[in-house]
Parts: sequence; structure tokens; C-alpha cells
Amino acid sequence: MDNVIKVGMADLQSSRHPCSITTLGLGSCVGIALYDSNTKIAGLAHVMLPSSQQARNNSNIAKFADTAIVKLVDDMISLGAAKNRIVAKLAGGAQMFSFNDASEMMRIGARNVAASKEVLQVLRIPIISEDTGGNYGRTIEINSGSGILFIKTIGHGLKEI
Amino acid sequence: MVSGIHELSNIELDVLKEIGNIGSGNAATALAKMLNRKVDMDVPRAKILEFKEVSDTLGGAEIPVVGILLKVSGDLTGNIMFILQQHAARMLVNMLMGRTSGIDEEFSEIEISALKEIGNILAGSYLSALSALTNLKIVPSIPDMAMDMAGAILSVPAIEFGKVGDTVLYIETEFSEGSEKVVGDFFLVPDVDTYDVLLKALGVIG
Repeated sequence: MDNVIKVGMADLQSSRHPCSITTLGLGSCVGIALYDSNTKIAGLAHVMLPSSQQARNNSNIAKFADTAIVKLVDDMISLGAAKNRIVAKLAGGAQMFSFNDASEMMRIGARNVAASKEVLQVLRIPIISEDTGGNYGRTIEINSGSGILFIKTIGHGLKEI
Repeated sequence: MVSGIHELSNIELDVLKEIGNIGSGNAATALAKMLNRKVDMDVPRAKILEFKEVSDTLGGAEIPVVGILLKVSGDLTGNIMFILQQHAARMLVNMLMGRTSGIDEEFSEIEISALKEIGNILAGSYLSALSALTNLKIVPSIPDMAMDMAGAILSVPAIEFGKVGDTVLYIETEFSEGSEKVVGDFFLVPDVDTYDVLLKALGVIG
């Protein structure tokens, strides 16, 4: 695949076939990969926080699960995807440090995953697979030909979901 | 009301940089004592980056790094994290323990505690400089350590910064002992509510 698109932290990208969209080193952030198998349009968001509603500064819509997913879906629709065909795959949301108190900061990964699921449910986008949680980082890449999400880790193997 | 690093004035930024200078100067002294050798330190560089650039700071988002995180309580609450590349961590441990293990070798349990202790001392001396400068009571927790991809470790301070703005402030410090160089980054992340406490204590805001 020659067209590899990189998604940074608090960033989102979508593209027509053929492409691969990747984001490197997801920790407590969550990667939301969306795919329409009919048009082979793919999209990927790398969100840092659950909700723009609780933030003092919410101008960066790619930073929050609630606003980023809505924007990504819109972008894909304008590329020609049909909303009722879009499916989602989730990865990330790890807890990188194991401090044993359950402070808000430590649970941010799980909260990011929960918020992403909620938004997808409201948008009626089915989640067909996920690789979330744990205490390790993930690099993910979605392939527009197959819709497969490849997951790379250090010491926790390779996965395709 | 301060609502993000990008909204800080130049004066406030200079103050934060200066804390970085003093803090990592203290850390270099502590490191020299620990290693019982002369440790030189380059002038630390305070950096402000957009999130998109963050994961490239340590040589790429997938580079293996060691992150040592301490929580901070007292007058100032938040976190401090010291991050260095895994091969630099290996070098430090070798220096400290008088070993010559290869840079790709995994850390043994005793080496992991040694690393935590290094992080503890470095972050602790950084914080005591800050405490002396501000007269604030700053109490660090015991350290926790994680080894993983740079992007994943950096996501922890980045998310905390993300609650107030779209940029990350950190202090890059280069320690050298003889011909060996170790580059490490300090991230001091005050909780949103105590940002103003810090700036007030520094006399930056009234």
C-alpha cells in the first residue's frame, strides 16, 4: 500500500481507497477506526479525552471522543461513505502506570473507551471489534482494501482485528 | 485565569523555563552524587510543542522509552514525569551498578528498582528546587515506572496538558559523564486547579 496517512495525537484523517491510515504509540488515548466496506472509505481518529463538555478549552474538536467521532463520520460521508454502512473498531485506552489508587487521571484510558462507545452508540455505528485496556502501548493501522485493523505492540505481540 | 500554556505570557513562560533550569541543575548534582562521578549538564531547553509533534520528541512515537512518574501533593498538586530512551536508561543503570550489559538487554528486577530510584532522585531534586523557589509545600509520591513506546508513555502527561490547552511544555536536559550522553525530558504537569497557585507563588500573577 503506497498511500500511508499518519494521524497524530488529537488528530483525525479519512480517505478513499486505496490507503492505509495509521497512528503511532497509542497509550491512554483511543484510536477509533471507521470503515465503509462498500466504498472502502476509511477513517481514523486519535482522541485524548472523553468529552468536550467538561473542558475549559474545547476548540480542538479532534481531541475529544464526542466531537472527533462526529467530525470523522461527517468527513467520511462527504467522501462518499454511507452512514448506515460505517462500522467501527477501537484500540488503545491503556493504563500506562499502575498507581493503585483509582484516581481520575489513572482511569482516563477506560473513560476514553467508554465515551467512544457511547458516542458510537448514539450515532448507531456498530463496534465490530476492539483491543482496548491493558497497560501497554499500541500502534494501529487500518487498511482500506480489507478494513482490517493491524495492531503492533512492544512485547504484547501483533494482532489483526 | 490561566487556561493553557499557549496563553501564558512571555514572562510566565520564562519563569517556568527558569524553574526547569534550576530543577534540572539540581537533578544533575544529585546524579553526580549518586554515580560518584562528575556529571555535566547542558543548559536545559524548555520546549513547547503541539500535540501532533509530541510523539516525535524522543526520536519517534515507537521508540522504546522508560517513564518514571511521581504524583505531587501538598500546596501544589499534579504530576512530574521523567522520560528517557531505553538505551539511555540502560547506560545510566550500567554506570550506577558498574555493569556492562548490552543496551538491548532486558532490565532485571534489581535494575528496575535502581531505575526507579534514579527517577525518584532526579524528580525529587527538581521538585525541591521548585519548592525552595516558591515556598510551596510539594510532596512527591513514591515513583512508578513504565517501559513502552514513546507515544504511549507521553500520552500520560499530554492528556493532562490537554485538559487546559493544546500544547505541552517540557524541559529537555542532557547529562553527560565522560563521553556518554543521556538525554532526558522532564514534564511538570500541575493540576488545572493549581496552575494559578504555582504562578502566584512565583509572583507572576497577583
